Amino acid sequence: MSLTDTADASTGLAFGDEPSTVQENSSMDVSTSDIPETAVGQPLVSDPKMTMRNVDVFYGEKQAIFKVNLDIARNEVIAMIGPSGCGKSTFLRCLNRMNDTIVDCRVGGQIELDENSIFDAKLDVVSLRARVGMVFQKPNPFPKSIYENVAYGPKIHGLASGRTELDEIVETSLQKAGLWDEVKDRLQEPGTGLSGGQQQRLCIARAIAVSPEVILMDEPCSALDPIATAKIEELIAELSENFTIAIVTHSMQQAARVSDRTAYFHLGYLVEVNDTETVFTNPSHRLTEAYITGRFG
Amino acid sequence: MSEVKSTIEKVNAGLGKRYRSEKMFQWFGIISICFGLLCVLALFFDIIGKGHSAFKHHSIEIPIMFDADKLGITDINDTKQIYSANYDGVIKASLRELFPNVSGRTEKRKLYKLVSNGSYLTLQKMLLEDPSLLNQTTEVQLITDDDIDTYLKHFVGKESEFERIHAEQVEWLATLREEGRLISHFNTVFFQAGDSREPEQAGIFAALMGSFYTLIVTLCLSFPIAVAAAVYLEEFAPKNKWTDLIEVNINNLAAVPSIIFGLLGLAIFISFFGVPRSTPLVGGFVLTLMTLPTIIISSRAAIKSVPPSIREAALGIGASRMQMVTHHVLPLSLPGMLTGTIIGMAQALGETAPLLMIGMIAFIVDIPGSVTDPATVLPVQIFLWSDSPERAFTEKTSAAIMVLLAFLIAMNAFAIYMRKRLEKRW
Ligand SMILES: Nc1ncnc2c1ncn2[C@@H]1O[C@H](COP(=O)(O)OP(=O)(O)OP(=O)(O)O)[C@@H](O)[C@H]1O
Ligand SMILES: [Mg+2]
Repeated sequence: MSLTDTADASTGLAFGDEPSTVQENSSMDVSTSDIPETAVGQPLVSDPKMTMRNVDVFYGEKQAIFKVNLDIARNEVIAMIGPSGCGKSTFLRCLNRMNDTIVDCRVGGQIELDENSIFDAKLDVVSLRARVGMVFQKPNPFPKSIYENVAYGPKIHGLASGRTELDEIVETSLQKAGLWDEVKDRLQEPGTGLSGGQQQRLCIARAIAVSPEVILMDEPCSALDPIATAKIEELIAELSENFTIAIVTHSMQQAARVSDRTAYFHLGYLVEVNDTETVFTNPSHRLTEAYITGRFG
Repeated sequence: MSEVKSTIEKVNAGLGKRYRSEKMFQWFGIISICFGLLCVLALFFDIIGKGHSAFKHHSIEIPIMFDADKLGITDINDTKQIYSANYDGVIKASLRELFPNVSGRTEKRKLYKLVSNGSYLTLQKMLLEDPSLLNQTTEVQLITDDDIDTYLKHFVGKESEFERIHAEQVEWLATLREEGRLISHFNTVFFQAGDSREPEQAGIFAALMGSFYTLIVTLCLSFPIAVAAAVYLEEFAPKNKWTDLIEVNINNLAAVPSIIFGLLGLAIFISFFGVPRSTPLVGGFVLTLMTLPTIIISSRAAIKSVPPSIREAALGIGASRMQMVTHHVLPLSLPGMLTGTIIGMAQALGETAPLLMIGMIAFIVDIPGSVTDPATVLPVQIFLWSDSPERAFTEKTSAAIMVLLAFLIAMNAFAIYMRKRLEKRW
């Protein structure tokens, strides 16, 4: 895959010995004055799955996200990158209103899923989360059996009419998550007894068991070793055929490998959105370039 | 390179001191634990030493002739007659028969004092159960008077130290022992009877039942209320000044002296709402007030200890808040809640002061049959007995403490067992 190769080549700089000329530039000012009013690149698409307009997020008095405009296309994988603390998780958590659970977190602006506002009083947050599922940074299986973990979502949403149907959902979800072969003989064992990578795939199986339309993943591989990471990345590629996926990642290689588009966040602003290839080979904005060449972050 | 070395040297130089302080701290801890253990052991030795003899009692086996004439029974089917029959006369006759040489009023009175003055109840019960005993002679074990029992337990051979026994009685008892009529047995009366003015007839069963009913009322009220309060405060209540105020007040309540709750119960439950005084019902109300803060605080701690990642996981796949609480938070925090509840119950079981205020200090002979019967509770019974001068009551006080301690230990052990069993690792 040429995309991966080029991305690796361009980001390779960040991890190898950088030429001294770049070093000189690295002292450049990265203050807010460099941040564009609207994101450069192509934040908007036609026929989007989700749209965000002028999204602000406040934690108490402190603003964490500033006026973000972004569309997520159908069945795409969009990666969100940016320095630590720039608001990637915060932004992601807006999309299924997980921020509601945080005391004094306030979200402003418009977010639509299939052209319906997710803040609409008619739309229940429970059904929103069934449609927009989430996988967290740290694997967090319930302290129940593997089966129960996957079956929980379908059970509370009444997706299965009987035991056999439920069994079927559990099996296909585990298969889609690439975990079935490893756990099919021990479905009744606790999910917390699995390895970290298996637990994360279990959490993915749990998320896809309710057949969401969008899956949000917040650094799903940050707690995993390279082999487990590779498995999850493969899985993301497979899942992207049926689901829309928004993934936050710290690894630029990962963003390059799995995503169709990449969004770069900086200090709560969306700076640049473009095709992943474009972002990594030919970034339009200075800050994006500085970040992917490893000059800060 | 030299700088690295000097760091290591510095660390090494400080190591000795670090180890020493660690050792010292360990020793300090060990000494504290030993001290605590010693105190507990001393308490146990003292109480068991004083109280173990209360679990035994002496009886005298005498042949009893259920003489219809003496008893004054004309119709055996008339239970009224059986209840009011003259059993004392029959017992006295039997004793006189055993010791025909005894003469004179005072002598005889000493002889009759060998057995408990409640012995007639034994005969009454026998006759009620088996009317065919009438006009028959059977061997009956009658429990001894408390002074006789005390003598037999502690002063045989040291008669001069115990002035409540008479020389003649010592002789008679020696004869009885030779004849094999003196029997030492497990003190069933202690576990079956209510309180009594006569130590040999006094038991803790009424107090036990009182404690049982009181605790049931307390548990039924405090557990659901406390869990509901804890869940609401932790999971649903907005965090603002009001909930802060509530939190402070709950913590304050936990520190309020228990006697205040007694006064409150007297003023509100008894005077205002007219709940009958001296009953387990009002006792349970008062103890509920007292244990609520304990259970609320421990339940909140248990709920807090459920990792937020579990909540996020549940919410993230679309569980409602209520589902998150009932499916995940409650099952995971239940062990902690139960532990808190049982510790609260143990506290309530040992509580005395507030119950004195609401009249649960009454002299209760009858076994309470429901939560609205007048009752007393174990610690109050201990308090009552410890006030009595008879040596037999001193012994019973310690025995009752042993029973109370046994219940407390059992409850705490159960709490630990429940926590271990229900605890889930993640
Ligand atoms: N619960 C919270 N309360 C208050 N401030 C918060 C909270 N969560 C995040 N923030 C703040 O919001 C900003 C964005 O945080 P966020 O977690 O979204 O960053 P991130 O891009 O995900 O960082 P990382 O890559 O390290 O995960 C940070 O400045 C952070 O301090
Ligand atoms: Mg984050």
